[in-house]
This record gives sequence, structure tokens and C-alpha cells, in this order.
Amino acid sequence: MAMILNHPGLKGNRHRLERPELLAPAGNLEKLKFAVHYGADAVYIGGQKYGLRSGADNFSFEEMREGVEFAERYGAKVFVATNIYAHNEDIEGLEAYLRKLEEVGIAAIIAADPAIVETAQRVAPGLEVHLSTQQSVLNWRTVQFWKDEGLPRVVLARETSLEEIAEIKSHVDIEIEAFIHGAMCSSFSGRCVLSNHFTDRDSNRGGCCQSCRWKYDLYVDGDTVNGEEDNQFTMGSKDLCMIRHIPELIEVGVDSFKIEGRMKSLHYVATVVNAYRQAIDSYFEDSASYELKPEWLDEVNKAANRPLNTGFFFDTPSTEEHIYEPEDKAAPYDFAGVVLEYDAETGLAVIQQRNHFKPGQEIEFFGPGGTFFKQQVGELYDLEGASLDAARHPLQHIVLRTEQPVNPMDMMRKRIR
Amino acid sequence: MARKPELLATAASLEELRRLIDAGADAFIIGESRYGARLPGEFGLEQLEQAVGIARSSQRQVRIYAAVNNLMDNRTSDTLPGYLAQLAQIGVDAIVFGDPSVLIVAREAAPGVPLHWNAEMTSTSYAQAEYWGRRGASRIVLARELNMEQVIEVKGLTELEVQVQVHGMTNIYHSKRSLVDSYLGHLGGEREGVDSSLGKGMFLMEPERRDERYPIYQDDYGTYMMSSDDICMIENLHELMEADIDSLRIEGLMKSPEYNETIVRAYRAAIDAYAADPDGYRFNNEWLNAIRHVQDPERELSYGFFYKEQVY
Repeated sequence: MAMILNHPGLKGNRHRLERPELLAPAGNLEKLKFAVHYGADAVYIGGQKYGLRSGADNFSFEEMREGVEFAERYGAKVFVATNIYAHNEDIEGLEAYLRKLEEVGIAAIIAADPAIVETAQRVAPGLEVHLSTQQSVLNWRTVQFWKDEGLPRVVLARETSLEEIAEIKSHVDIEIEAFIHGAMCSSFSGRCVLSNHFTDRDSNRGGCCQSCRWKYDLYVDGDTVNGEEDNQFTMGSKDLCMIRHIPELIEVGVDSFKIEGRMKSLHYVATVVNAYRQAIDSYFEDSASYELKPEWLDEVNKAANRPLNTGFFFDTPSTEEHIYEPEDKAAPYDFAGVVLEYDAETGLAVIQQRNHFKPGQEIEFFGPGGTFFKQQVGELYDLEGASLDAARHPLQHIVLRTEQPVNPMDMMRKRIR
Repeated sequence: MARKPELLATAASLEELRRLIDAGADAFIIGESRYGARLPGEFGLEQLEQAVGIARSSQRQVRIYAAVNNLMDNRTSDTLPGYLAQLAQIGVDAIVFGDPSVLIVAREAAPGVPLHWNAEMTSTSYAQAEYWGRRGASRIVLARELNMEQVIEVKGLTELEVQVQVHGMTNIYHSKRSLVDSYLGHLGGEREGVDSSLGKGMFLMEPERRDERYPIYQDDYGTYMMSSDDICMIENLHELMEADIDSLRIEGLMKSPEYNETIVRAYRAAIDAYAADPDGYRFNNEWLNAIRHVQDPERELSYGFFYKEQVY
């Protein structure tokens, strides 16, 4: 870090007065509520059109309105990803869509296509326009260009290093958003049409089928070099995780810490947001004595889908940052339930079932701010008081005794190995 | 006589450039890999100046476009003011860009030099053409993933010149990572450090698509995966000429000068025949036969995305 902290763009290891925003993904309304409840300052969602996750649930305007109202209670904002590269036929309807976003209270859109940027500025001036990472912005002159175009924020390319971010911040007074956690395109974002070529699905309009994570035979001098079946070539990257480097990110001046994952689970969103919220708050309580708490890392690992790495922040990823071996995807924990109610007198909680669990299993409860405890599942009942041998049914309401008080929206996970 | 579209080619060397001018190319996109994306050969400023000299002394008015369409990092963007000023001084006929940093530097360093917007797969609509046009671009280079209907519609809805690729391979994936080196490092042993640069013949095969070979190579700016087929639009070139598309590009990357010469001659013949008599124009199968004769049998000639429907 010495090199970064000596950069002329930095004023040393200063105390930042402004907290960076923690920006979380929300694939649906429930995830939005949990992301906000667990500490996100802003969430980004997809609407029915113009977003890059055609496979996600995506929000209706009514759901957006409800999401905005919920977020406002926490002082949080809702952004909408309109990050496709539009084709001619997508332009019709764009103005009405953007006006509607403004009307339901969306704070900002995240856009890559300049035609969408400009249209939003013209027809929905109440929407902030944030430039998407799909534009792969790497340098300060390009950031300056977008500032001159009236944009208050640029999401940098994931290929930008901490040192380069410091240079950009020293040249241009603009909000910088950076991905700090989650899955990564291994290509420059937007500069990949593998899905178009393999499956006739347009990757830059939401059709990405993740061909970069497929296995390929690499031929050198006419012969394949991979040998073993589980040893093929792939472009698949490990996932980004910067929880160990919160001070560096704050000190170079990243204004918004972005977590990837509109397709990820409720458990993922709550767990990851919770860990970063605590780390950021801890730094601002006392930056001089800040240190990484092992439980933040433990928590993030419990939600991890892939091995983790630090992307381009410190160096260009190499052999160790890619996944060639078969993926050991599963974290040793499964999301099991959500707390709906708790009665302090009886010590009984009502849990909404999200995965099978039964008496004797080891479970953990966690909630915002790092509240956390483990226990074994005791006796289970339904709401009528009938005893159950297991919680078998999705969304079933289950009564069980918790060893410590819990709160609505606390989550329960079970150990699976 | 109809107006002739420009026939745009690449070149790996001054020698190939001369040869392709003789074969009928009207314009070239050349440059150096520090600034330009996926170039068949390196043209430093000195070679670029010579290329401009050759173009000026040719009988036809051959044009030289400087490729400055990489994504730029801070360090590279810091050298842009000097580089673009030299391009202007050399007298290139246009600067081809794909990163807005080039646009703002060019306003100061190379005023008056035409600018062509070419962000490859992300140049997708007439509205984008208009956007970059209002900021100084005179031409949009359309994504190869658009179909004929979309291309023709863009041309009808923008004042900018429209360029499309009509022949050769396309880039389908660009990473900043050194993915071949990373993988060979994983394999270890004698494979580690094997040269994976342009022209070394490395390719990928996807197990369920055994007929397709996807070339892959690396340079200082990352890893490139290329299409397994070569676009070949010569049979249907009249559709693009009827639509008055301004520039037709032949991509010469990973092809020999002999191959590129054959391709340029074939397209030159088709363009000239159409322009001489649009109504009486007939496709001449010998043009396609000449192309097939030099085509690598492992690489299919295709219509790219011109007649495809994509979903998303």
C-alpha cells in the first residue's frame, strides 16, 4: 500500500468525513427490503426492460414504488439498472419508461448506452444518471468527459487498480463507484459477445449465458494441451472480495462500494451487506484502531459461491485468480429460515421456512449489526401447536425456541457438513 | 453510375498496404497496438507517415485512418495529446476512436481531423450514432452483431457515415487478463511460458462444437478470442450498396497478404460492377470462387449476424 498512499493525489492517511455509500443488489422486492434492513445505503434493481439480467425476477413499477417507500424509511435510495446497449428497436418506449422511473421515486439509473444517458437527461431530469461499468471506463480523461456531460457518478471498469482510482480522484471531482464484492466478467464489461456467437443470445441486452465459465480445449501447435478432463481451459474468474481492504478503498476516495449479485439469494445479499456495513462503520468509529474482524470474513465466506480474490485492485489477476479445478461451490451452510416474530416471554420464535431443517441440526441466527449465535434445533411446532418432526414445506411458519432473543428479519442458516 | 462505397482494408506492413492499394482498397485502418485494437501489424508514426505518403501518391485518393480505438488507461491517456497532435501533423484522414478520452484530447490536439466512432460490439443503434455525431464524430462503425435490417435502418436515421464489416474474422471477447499465460502457468511444466502472441496459431474448441475453432492470442493489452467463422458478404453486397452504406471493411487480421489481396480484388470487382450499372447488376460467382479458393477449409464463410435473429 505504500505506493498508493504516497500518491500525490492523496492527502495521506486522512480521516474521511463522508462515509462511502454501500450499494447492494436486489433481484426482487424481498431482497431489496433485506438489503436495506441489513445496512445498504442504496440498492440497485432491474425493471422489466433495458436491464442486463433478463433472467432475474425484475421489478414492476408498483414493486419499485413499494421498494422506494420501504427504503425511504431507512434513508436509503433505489437505483435502476438500464445498462443494455440499445438497438434501434429498443429506443421506442425508452422515454416513457424513464419518466415512469422518475415518477415512482427512483433516485438514479445506471446506464451504459449514451443514447439512454442522453434521453434520461432530457426527459427525466429528476433521475441521476450513473455511468455503468459496461462502458469500461479506465482513465481520468474519460471520467472527465462524462462529468462534462453532466453525470454525477461513474462506475469504473473492474480493471482499474487502487492506484489508478487515486489518480482519477485527484484529477476529477466526481463520485466514483467501484465493485468491491461478487462475481466478475473476466472480459472488459461489454466487450464480450460469446453468448451471441454460441447461443444467439445478445449478451449486451441481458442474454449472457456465461460462456466464459465453460470449459474449452486449448490447442497449441495443432494439439490440445489440457490432458485431464477436469483441467481444461476457461476464462472463469474467482469472485471479488475486498472485505480485507476497507481502509484502502475509503482512503483512495471510492464514494460508493458496490456489491454484485442481482441473481444472488436473499441469504447472500443479507450476509454480504451485513459484513461490509460493519466493516465500514467500524472504520468510521475509529480509523486509527480499525482492524479486520475475523467474523466479517467468516460471514462473507458462508455466502461465497466461488473462491475469492481481489481482482485488479492491486495487480492484474493471474493463474491463482482463475478457476481451473472443478468448482467446490457450496459453502458449508444453507439458508434455512427467516424470523417473523419473537415472544420475549416464552422465548419462542416464528420462523418462515426457506430450506428443510429438523431437530438436532446445528443452526445459526444472525441479524443486522453482527448479532449472532449458534444453537441446536429443538422441538418444532406449527402455529396450532402440533409437533413437527421436521420443517419440510417452503414458506411454512414454524415455531421453535431460540436460546437468545431474535428480531423479525433476522435470518437462520443451518450447517450442512 | 452509383456512388461507390469505400472499400476499407487493414494491412500488416507497408508492403501489404501497397499491394492492397493495387488490388483496389480505397482506405486503410492502421496504427500501433498501444492505441489501436487488434491490428494485424505495427505502424509506428514513421511508418504511418510513409503510409500517408503512399496513399497520397496513389492514383485513386486512398485514405489512411489511424486506429486509436483501444480502451485507454491513465498512463496511455497521458500520451494521447502528443500522439494525436503527431497524427494530425502527419495528415491522417481520420482518427478511429472507441474511448471518449480520445475525443476530448482530439478537440485540442487534432482539431479538424475527422473522427470515426468504433467501439466494436457496443456501437448498436442510430441513437448512438447521433450522440457521437453531435460530439464530433463523422462516422459510426456498427457492431458486427447487428443484422441487415438494423444496419439499413441506422443508415436511414443518421447523417453520419456508416461503416460495416463485410469480410473476415471478428473479435468476440477481450479481457485485460493474460488468460493463456495464466492457464499455461496452471498446467506448469514445459507449457509454461509458451508464446501465445498473434500468429502463433493457438485456438480454443468447445467440446460440444467440435467443428468450430476459435483463435485466441495475447498481447500487452490482454487476451483476445476471435470468431470461428469469417464473414463473407460478397454475394449480398448489393443489399449494402443499395442502402448506400458508406464504408465496407475487410478485416485482414490473421490472414496472409495473398489472401487479403484476393479478397480485396473480389470486393473491388463487385463494387465496380454494381456502381457501373446498379439496375443490371448480377452477382458473379467467380468472385466467390476466388475467395473460396484461398479460404482456410477449417474456417467457414458465413453471413455473420446479417441474417440472424437474436434473443435476450
